[in-house]
Amino acid sequence: MPDLHSTIAVLLLSLIAGAIRVSTPYLFVSLGECLTEKGGRVNLGLEGILVSGAMSGYAFAYLSGSAWVGVAAAALVGLLLGCLHGLVCSLPRVSDIAFGIALMLFGTGLAFYLGKPFIEPQAPMLASFDLGGWAASPQLHNALHVNPLFVIGVVLSVALQWGLRSTRWGMTLRLVGENAESARAMGYPITRVRVMATAVGGLLAGVGGAYLSLVYPGSWNEGLSSGQGLMAVALVIFARWHPLRCLWAALLFGAASALGPALQAVGVTSGYYLFNAAPYVLTLAIMIINCRPDRTLAGAPGELSLTR
Amino acid sequence: MRTTATPAGVPSAGIARLLLAVLPALPTLCALVGTFLLFALFLLVQGQPGVEAIRLVVEGAFGSSFAWQSTLLRAAPLMLTALCVALPAQVGLIVIGGEGALALGGLAAAVVPQAIPHATPWFVATPLMALAGMAAGGVWIGAVGAMRQWRGVNETISSLLMSYIAIALFKQLVEGPLRDPASLNKPSTLPVPDAMSIGSLPGLEVHWGLFWGLVACVAAWIFVRHSTKGFAMRVVGGNNRAARLVGLPVDSLALTACVLGGAAAGLAGMFEVAAVQGSANASLLAGYGYAGILVAFAARHNPLAIVVCAVMIGGIEASGSLLQRRLELPDATTLVLQGLLFANLLAWEALGGRIAAWRVKLQAAALEESGVQLERTHA
Repeated sequence: MPDLHSTIAVLLLSLIAGAIRVSTPYLFVSLGECLTEKGGRVNLGLEGILVSGAMSGYAFAYLSGSAWVGVAAAALVGLLLGCLHGLVCSLPRVSDIAFGIALMLFGTGLAFYLGKPFIEPQAPMLASFDLGGWAASPQLHNALHVNPLFVIGVVLSVALQWGLRSTRWGMTLRLVGENAESARAMGYPITRVRVMATAVGGLLAGVGGAYLSLVYPGSWNEGLSSGQGLMAVALVIFARWHPLRCLWAALLFGAASALGPALQAVGVTSGYYLFNAAPYVLTLAIMIINCRPDRTLAGAPGELSLTR
Repeated sequence: MRTTATPAGVPSAGIARLLLAVLPALPTLCALVGTFLLFALFLLVQGQPGVEAIRLVVEGAFGSSFAWQSTLLRAAPLMLTALCVALPAQVGLIVIGGEGALALGGLAAAVVPQAIPHATPWFVATPLMALAGMAAGGVWIGAVGAMRQWRGVNETISSLLMSYIAIALFKQLVEGPLRDPASLNKPSTLPVPDAMSIGSLPGLEVHWGLFWGLVACVAAWIFVRHSTKGFAMRVVGGNNRAARLVGLPVDSLALTACVLGGAAAGLAGMFEVAAVQGSANASLLAGYGYAGILVAFAARHNPLAIVVCAVMIGGIEASGSLLQRRLELPDATTLVLQGLLFANLLAWEALGGRIAAWRVKLQAAALEESGVQLERTHA
């Protein structure tokens, strides 16, 4: 029997627990971004949608007394903001990257404005499944709290992987993202497909936001999201636009985000801010390793302005 | 003067000339009107006096000499952080990491007084602090440009990530090795000595950063519009492949634009430390880097227009306290207004195609008057 109380074991367990706990927002946002980008658009505004989703999820959970109502509200807000991005970027001469930046600022501003009254009150949290009742060590027990949203996210990534590859709908979306001209020639409504993909992408990011405020860290305040939405965009590049690889990438990012708190748990307190910056450094390192200046990435949708 | 009967739908020559003059500003005007309408609507829905709020924004920004000073105080760093977006934009890069460059620039400037003898005269110390700030910011955004040119890393994402890393580094250093033990509640670096801090412009309560921000914008405009290198940059931004074919040093031009932009943001941080905060602390992270993105986009990356737009956005930020006092609106109200403005500015760009068509029509109407026979030309 390995010694579960040794420093290394505690550290590893907290990393694994953190990976599962922290990865869910990354997972939802990256799946949403993956869907959006498959249609040939980039939505950098998912960061703003994430924060709006976190705020509206918390507010509606508090007002209705049910966490799931909060999740639904966050999804709706995400859908609306995603729709806004999709529609505005369908106008001529509007850059999707620039409008994404605007949506990032607008979404966070709106959430801070409307969320002021909800910083104090305590909303009901989304309960997790306790799968670790058998475990002797409290750390292991703690690691095995799995939230239903994480399970939904895992199922969703498998479903999206299958849906994009094997359904008529998925192939239409990929065609629109790969080569808009041939999609137009075949008579597909390019704008409508892209707006729908962006809207559903926004919905997923909204749910990711609800996880932030209703599960972990499980409160609403203005410092809740620190770039998870934007890192998810980089994560999609790393996952090469495969929904299933988004899952592994999200877990990796979750582990990196858990590094700071995990080190604190074993008594390493110096360099707290630096360790918290680990996911940013990881993202940059991954992008430096994966990107090439002279050719577009394998798997990148052809119409994407991000990898031009 | 000969009068001509104008066909229906085409204005007379005088009006046509007038319309031609305002035509380029049309998307911006529409965006402003749209923003204020949506903002008023947003407040009216909540039972707040929307029109009164807009009046208060104008009053809080430009209504008194106090309002003007507070506006200009915010416009000064905004001019410099907007250059951090506008200069890389000349080579076609969208860099949004000004906040981090500002933080590191401020931190580097705050360290300088400790590294030089205490008796150093201000005319040596201040330029040294400015250089340190510009170097820190320049290196940081320069790294973003280098990653873009040599590894193909998307600069928009990497610049924001670098900004988060810079802020983490800033907090680590300010709360750790560089912390002034006397700063208990609010971790800060050692204060900048009075002899080395920057004072106000004569007759104003606004520091010299405003003047240097103005100088930087004018210099950037001359550089971009009237120098060979600036022209080469705009060629790169217009068509990267063509620029390479012509033999322009694309990589070094892109890198230069990024370094200059980062240096401007770093300089903004230096002024915030030496003229406003007195030391590097968390108050430095007031969002000037993010608001600078909006300023640059509103100015369409034209350095001279940045001056005007920085005053405008500075005014919106300055009006926040008045909105808070009179209508008890939260301080994030100005963020909502800025977000609406940003979204409107971009959405109204869609008019661009129509405007090109209208211009041709109006030019024809204006020429009609002088009797010039207009040949059918391609627009």
